[in-house]
Amino acid sequence: MAGKTLYDKLWDDHVVHTEDDGSCLIYIDRHLVHEVTSPQAFDGLRMAGRKPWRVARNLAVADHNVPTNHRDRGIADPVSRLQVETLDKNCAEFGITEFGMSDIRQGIVHVIGPEQGATLPGMTVVCGDSHTSTHGASGALAFGIGTSEVEHTLATQCLVQKKAKNLLISVNGEVRAGVTAKDIVLAIIGEIGTAGGTGYTIEFGGSAIRALSMEGRMTVCNMAIEAGARAGLVAVDDVTIDYYRNRPLSPKGDDWFMAERMWRNLHSDKNAVFDKTINIDATTIKPQVTWGTSPELVVAVDDVVPNPADEADAVKAQSMQRALDYMGLQAGQKITDIQIDKVFIGSCTNSRIEDLRAAAVVVEGKKVAANVKQALIVPGSGLIKQQAESEGLDKIFIDAGFEWRDAGCSMCLAMNADRLEEGERCASTSNRNFEGRQGYGGRTHLVSPAMAAAAGIAGYFVDVSAWTGE
Amino acid sequence: MKAFTTLTSIVAPLDRANVDTDAIIPKQFLKSIRRTGFGVYLFDEWRYLDQGQPDMDCTNRPINKDFVLNKPQYKSAQILLTRENFGCGSSREHAPWALEDYGFRAIIAPSFADIFYNNCFKNGLLPIALDAEIVDGLFKELTDDYALTIDLAAQTITTPSGKTIAFNVDENRKFRLLNGLDDIGLTLQHADKIHAYETERAKRAPWLFREISI
Repeated sequence: MAGKTLYDKLWDDHVVHTEDDGSCLIYIDRHLVHEVTSPQAFDGLRMAGRKPWRVARNLAVADHNVPTNHRDRGIADPVSRLQVETLDKNCAEFGITEFGMSDIRQGIVHVIGPEQGATLPGMTVVCGDSHTSTHGASGALAFGIGTSEVEHTLATQCLVQKKAKNLLISVNGEVRAGVTAKDIVLAIIGEIGTAGGTGYTIEFGGSAIRALSMEGRMTVCNMAIEAGARAGLVAVDDVTIDYYRNRPLSPKGDDWFMAERMWRNLHSDKNAVFDKTINIDATTIKPQVTWGTSPELVVAVDDVVPNPADEADAVKAQSMQRALDYMGLQAGQKITDIQIDKVFIGSCTNSRIEDLRAAAVVVEGKKVAANVKQALIVPGSGLIKQQAESEGLDKIFIDAGFEWRDAGCSMCLAMNADRLEEGERCASTSNRNFEGRQGYGGRTHLVSPAMAAAAGIAGYFVDVSAWTGE
Repeated sequence: MKAFTTLTSIVAPLDRANVDTDAIIPKQFLKSIRRTGFGVYLFDEWRYLDQGQPDMDCTNRPINKDFVLNKPQYKSAQILLTRENFGCGSSREHAPWALEDYGFRAIIAPSFADIFYNNCFKNGLLPIALDAEIVDGLFKELTDDYALTIDLAAQTITTPSGKTIAFNVDENRKFRLLNGLDDIGLTLQHADKIHAYETERAKRAPWLFREISI
C-alpha cells in the first residue's frame, strides 16, 4: 500500500464528515483574525444570532491598518481607525483574545501565530488572508480563506473543503553565500509560474529546505500562494521541535512529550505518492530580483530585463510588455543598472529576527545612498522589535539612515500611511509586485532582506553575494 | 445569497492573464466594514484616470475610455470573459463582492486562482473554467452584442450560433448555488459529528483543548 504524504496525514486527521461528491467538512484547530477581512463576518454572526463555536481557538490582532510610527497618537485616517476599532469591539463582544495596538505582542498575524505558539505542528490553521500559508512551515495545514469562510469558521469551527493534489518541490544542494530562503522561493516561482501550484498543496523538501531555519521555512511557505498553492508545507524535524519548545501557547509538561511524539510523525512516508514532483538544484540559485508586476517575472541579479519579443506565447509576451511599461524598464537593461527610490524591509515574508540580522550585517557602518528617499525597517512584531533592540540592530539601522518602525503590514500593501508615490521604485522584501500594490503607480522589486539592504546603501541593485559595499 | 439558475447576457472581454485581486479591488477600499457598495470601485485603477478613495463619489471621476467596462456596448454585461489564473493573489472576498455588486454573475476563464474560485460560490457568482482553446475561440468570435446563455442545472453554455459548451462544477457547490443556500446552516446540521470529532481528538491531542489564556 502506498504511504501517505504529509498533506494526506494532516487532511485525514481533520475530516469530520465526507459528502457524496468527495468534499469534506474539515475541523479547524486555529483561526487567526485581523481587522480587514472580519467585520462582515462578525456582522453575519450577529444577524443570524450565532456565537463562536469554540471561542478560545480564535486569536485576533490588527496589523494591516496600524500606523508604524507615533502609535501613541492613534490612527489618523478615520476609515482605517473605524476598521481597527470595529475589530476591538467585535472581539470584546464575542470574547475573543486580541492583542491590541499597544500590546508588545502585537504584530503581523502570520508572525505572531508561530511566535506565540498559537499555530503549532499538526494543526489546521486558517485566516482571512492568503499568506496564512506561512504557518505550513511548522508542519501545519494552513491556508487563506475569504470572509464568508471566516464567518463559517467562527460559527462551526469547520470548513467545507475539497482535497487538493500533492506536489513535492524538492530543493537539493547547498546554496551559495548570500542566497536566502527568499531567493529559493522566488527562483521556484520563476520556474513554475504563479499558477504552477494551483490546485495543489506544496510540500517543500530536500536538503536545501532542511538546512533552513524556521524563519527561512516560513518565508518559503509564505510565498506558496504566489505560486498558486493555498498551502505550503515543510515536514517536522529537530528545527521545528526546538522552535516550539517553550512558546507561550506550546503544550507544557506531559502534553509536550505527547505532542512531540505525535509531531515527529509529521513527514511524508518514504513510499508516499505525489501527483507531481519538481526538482530544483539549489546550487545554481543566485540572488533574485523581480522586474515585472507578477512574482513569476523574476531573474537573477546578474541578469538583464527579459525581452517580450523572445516569448513565443502571444498572451505572455503582451503581459510582459505591459509589465515593462508599468515598471518603466527596457528589455535588455541590466538589473544592476536599476536605481531605486525607496527600501522596504518588512512584511509577513521577511520581518523576523533573522531577516533583520541579515539586513543589519549589510548596512553596518554604511549610509543609505543619496538617491534613496526613504528606507523603512518594519519588524514583524513588537517582540521582534524588542529582541532586535536588545541586539543593538536598531542603532545600526538608524545610524545608516533607515527608519526604525513599529510592527505591522505597512508598505507591503500600503493600507496604512506607508506607501510608494506614483512612479517610485522600491526594493521590497514583501511578497507581491502587483500594479499599485505598494501605492498607486508604485513600482515594486521583490528581493531578500540582504539584497534590499544592499540596494539601499548602493542606491541601485547589487549582487549582495559579491558586494563589498565600496 | 442570490441563487443562480440560468443567465443570458452580453459578454465583456477582459483580455488579460493573471488578473489579481489587487487589480479587481485595490486595497484602500478594503477599509470598509460593509459588504456592499464595492461595484463602483471594481477595477478602479484601470477604470478611472484618477486615484480612487474609499467612499468617493464616482459619478464625475475621469474615466479611462480604453478600458473594456467603460465601452457603452458592455455596460449591461453580466458575464466576464477573461484569461488564465483570474483572481490570483490576495484572498480578499471584496473581489467577488465588487464583481457581484457591479452586476457580474458569471466569469469564464481557462483557470482561476483557488481562493477566489471558492469565494465566488459564496456570493452567487459562477466561475466557469473552460479549456484555453475554447476560451480563445470565444474571444475570437465575440462581437459587441455577443450574448451567451448559461444554464447551471444543465451545466451548459449556449453561443449565439446555437453551439453548446459543457462545463464542470462540483455537485455540492452547484446544489448550494442553484438554491442560494447558507453554508453555515448546512454545516450546523452536522453539529453532532463536530462534537464527536472534538471528543475523539481531545483524547489524541489534549493540549489543543486546555484553552490556556495568554
